[in-house]
Amino acid sequence: MTPVALRHRLAERGIDARLLLLGPAALFVAALFIYPFCYGIAVSLQPAEGGPFAAYQSFFADAYQRDTIATTLWIALPAALLNVLASVPIAYRMRGRFRGKRVLTTVLVVPITLGTVLTAEGLLNFLGPTGWFNRVLLGLGLVDAPVSLTHNYWGVFLSLVITGFPFAFLLVLSYLSGIDPSLEKAGAVLGAGWAQRFFRITLPLLAPGLATTFCLTFVLAFSVFPSAILVGDPSGTTRVISIAAYEAAYVRYDYAGGAAAAIVMGLVELVVIGLVLGLRGLLYTGSTSGGKG
Amino acid sequence: MTRPPRRIVATPAAWAVWGAVTLFFVGVAGVIGSVLVNSFGTRWFDTWLPEGYTTDWYGQAWEEFTLLPVLGVTLMVCLLVTGISVLVGVPASYVLARRSFYGRRAVYLMFLLPILMPPITYGIPLATVLYEYGFAGHLSGVVLANLVPSIPFVILTMTPFIEQIDPAVERAARVCGARTRQVFLRILAPLLIPGILASSILVVVRTVGMFELTFLTAGPDSQTLVVALFYSMSASGIRAQQSVDAMAVIYTAMMLVLLVVALRFVNPTQLVARVKEDPE
Amino acid sequence: MTTGSRFDRLRLDGVSRRFGGADALAGLDLTIERGEFITLLGPSGCGKSTALNCLAGLLPLTRGSIWRDETRLDTLPPEQRGFGMVFQNYALFPHMSVRKNIAFGLQMRKVARAEVRRRTDEAIRLVHLESHADKLPGQLSGGQQQRVAIARAVVVEPSLVLMDEPLSNLDAKLRLEMRTEIRRLHQSLGLTTVYVTHDQEEALSMSDRLVVLRAGRVQQIGTPEQVHTRPANRHIADFMGFRNLLPVRVGEMAGAGVIVDGGGLHLTGSPVGEPRPGEPAVAAIRPEDIRIAAHPGEGVEVTVEVVEYQGREVSAEVRTGDGTLLHLRTARRLAPKDRIEVVLDPGRLLVFPAGPDEQGSEP
Repeated sequence: MTPVALRHRLAERGIDARLLLLGPAALFVAALFIYPFCYGIAVSLQPAEGGPFAAYQSFFADAYQRDTIATTLWIALPAALLNVLASVPIAYRMRGRFRGKRVLTTVLVVPITLGTVLTAEGLLNFLGPTGWFNRVLLGLGLVDAPVSLTHNYWGVFLSLVITGFPFAFLLVLSYLSGIDPSLEKAGAVLGAGWAQRFFRITLPLLAPGLATTFCLTFVLAFSVFPSAILVGDPSGTTRVISIAAYEAAYVRYDYAGGAAAAIVMGLVELVVIGLVLGLRGLLYTGSTSGGKG
Repeated sequence: MTRPPRRIVATPAAWAVWGAVTLFFVGVAGVIGSVLVNSFGTRWFDTWLPEGYTTDWYGQAWEEFTLLPVLGVTLMVCLLVTGISVLVGVPASYVLARRSFYGRRAVYLMFLLPILMPPITYGIPLATVLYEYGFAGHLSGVVLANLVPSIPFVILTMTPFIEQIDPAVERAARVCGARTRQVFLRILAPLLIPGILASSILVVVRTVGMFELTFLTAGPDSQTLVVALFYSMSASGIRAQQSVDAMAVIYTAMMLVLLVVALRFVNPTQLVARVKEDPE
Repeated sequence: MTTGSRFDRLRLDGVSRRFGGADALAGLDLTIERGEFITLLGPSGCGKSTALNCLAGLLPLTRGSIWRDETRLDTLPPEQRGFGMVFQNYALFPHMSVRKNIAFGLQMRKVARAEVRRRTDEAIRLVHLESHADKLPGQLSGGQQQRVAIARAVVVEPSLVLMDEPLSNLDAKLRLEMRTEIRRLHQSLGLTTVYVTHDQEEALSMSDRLVVLRAGRVQQIGTPEQVHTRPANRHIADFMGFRNLLPVRVGEMAGAGVIVDGGGLHLTGSPVGEPRPGEPAVAAIRPEDIRIAAHPGEGVEVTVEVVEYQGREVSAEVRTGDGTLLHLRTARRLAPKDRIEVVLDPGRLLVFPAGPDEQGSEP
């Protein structure tokens, strides 16, 4: 084949010299993400002792390791679910324009930017046995002894809500504002009441967006690491899978075990996301406008 | 047609919604407030407020945690990560926005994955690789690790931005006799600057806040502020809680300054998603 | 199908809507008889869509009331008014098939399942969409989406059908077809329709009565013929195709007519409103009412400047010796620089007082 003919063949498939602009980015991602990932898989299959799958076998054989999967899911799933479900009514109410909307969204962004480490520090002070929260409860006579909300499941859960809820809310709000407002008006003129409009028009159009939001929020919650150590109970109820991976690699210097745990973590996450996106595929996912114009 | 401003009617549903929002904000205010108050307090045990106020903890934190070099490292990492991500990411997003080619979806997925994966999952093997090649433990390792989510982030935010620039503008420039380089420099670059600014500031915010990757790859003299904060927190008991809080306040202040800067260029909602403004 | 809820007339009583201190609609009084086709006509921003949305209940009123016979409607939410509406962008539910879109209103009214099926099928047949019933709106062409929107609005047998510029997103040919289609449905189903448009031709061809709005105020209510031949003021005249609007000064009254001078022209026309001798006025005439003089000396001498070929006729821009520009239409073949004489039909030349912006007046 002559070079010109080859070029024409490639051009037919949309391949030409300008695609080289993709090169540097592809190279970086390949070298810093794909290669290490494959390297990690290779390391996990070459444990110091035992067969190729020994690292995985020992991970699943040891209840202390194996249970981290359930622990992580038990924290991440409810947190992500709460963040998404609480966002829906709030975003629905705020989808129109009102005074101070920009201020509100700005304030909501603050916890996202603060990040998990600072949230953890704040929660330790605020929710601790002598913190303001318990003082208020004691002062109001709602409890007799301080409620224990730090160094356990609830500390981690709340830190995930504080950073995850604004994220989910803003995403849901953006999906909601993408739905043509004339659809609800059409529903109203046709005789649909408030609930019927929400459940038969808005919710079906919003559902795919909710699935995506859930996935992204779940990813945030699933990779919980610093707050699980700082406000959680890192050797007990909040010993999440990332702690297991970190400990294996950096405390016990068992690189195969660390890599195996990291890969199990990635797989579990992908399974959950795959399930949610699979369900999303069953929904209507087209345009959310009411027609032309 | 214009819509009237929404009436705030106190239905039970409205009360519930506003109640939940208020509760959330009280929580956030409590979290930030207690850190702030503690950092200025002298002694604060079993009371509503500290016994007295002082700014000594800040001086102490500055000395003890050697914050000046830490801030320098943080700044350096941010500049390098942002600069490289923009240089590498924008051309790639141009191709993704303008061209349809065989394997485009696969390429897109490849750029999406680093954002979808938990940082710990790829961070641990990445750190191992970086140690192997002698990058980890230094500034270069931290920068390289932070590039992994940043380049895809730039690509994913810039692609829709470039898509909404009418390609006819470029064709018009070509017909007027501009060559590729001139099209880029004189037509595209000025149009892209708002998008690049927005995307860079978001990368800065994400890099300053990125804990996991920096934590896994940083050495003693290449810690960013958030990692230094984590170490001082997990070592609490050795250091006074107040000086840790003083450091947290410095971190918060830095984040808020960045946020204020960011909001000059982007809408708050853009920090997480590309939100359509109200269509009317 | 027949209109479900029987009523004799629908009355709008001083319906007003303000947005942040500005009147979008001020004191609209209108009585709609059953079976009428009423069009709200005016340029964009004149308040016609505001009026329609107030009627539908999508916009709360700031003053006034709406009555269906003795029932007060403006306090009811849109879902309880029992109207049908066709939106400008159609607002079809994108996740529902054509059939489900059309059935939606019936289901909201808790109509029995078999009945829903029967009436939906009938409506689908009515708008000729039998072969598309199970498609999603996204798979239909603009004209088909339009038909779905109409079927969805009329299937519930509403007491009133509201249409908000429903043809503005269609191409010219389809627009003409749908115009006839809508009028046909209106008559065969015995609907009462309120239609909003900015297209005067559309309004004239479809309606029983026109309501002309400008800046939120009613300018004129009348039959298409009344509005076409006797616009109530110069703004309506402008809007209704009187392309020649000449600033003149009123001379004396001559019987039913009035003599005016301006721009080197000395003209006779019929007064509208009360132009007073000696005061400034506006003389208005359509291009088709200016004819070329049959013999020399009969009319005004002008020079042809621009000629546009328009099929059977040409449209020409001509200038008088004093520099006044006139638009005319004629079957004669003209060429630029031709010198001709033209006559302005005194019966078709309207003279309006040129006062400050007139508020609405009814003929």
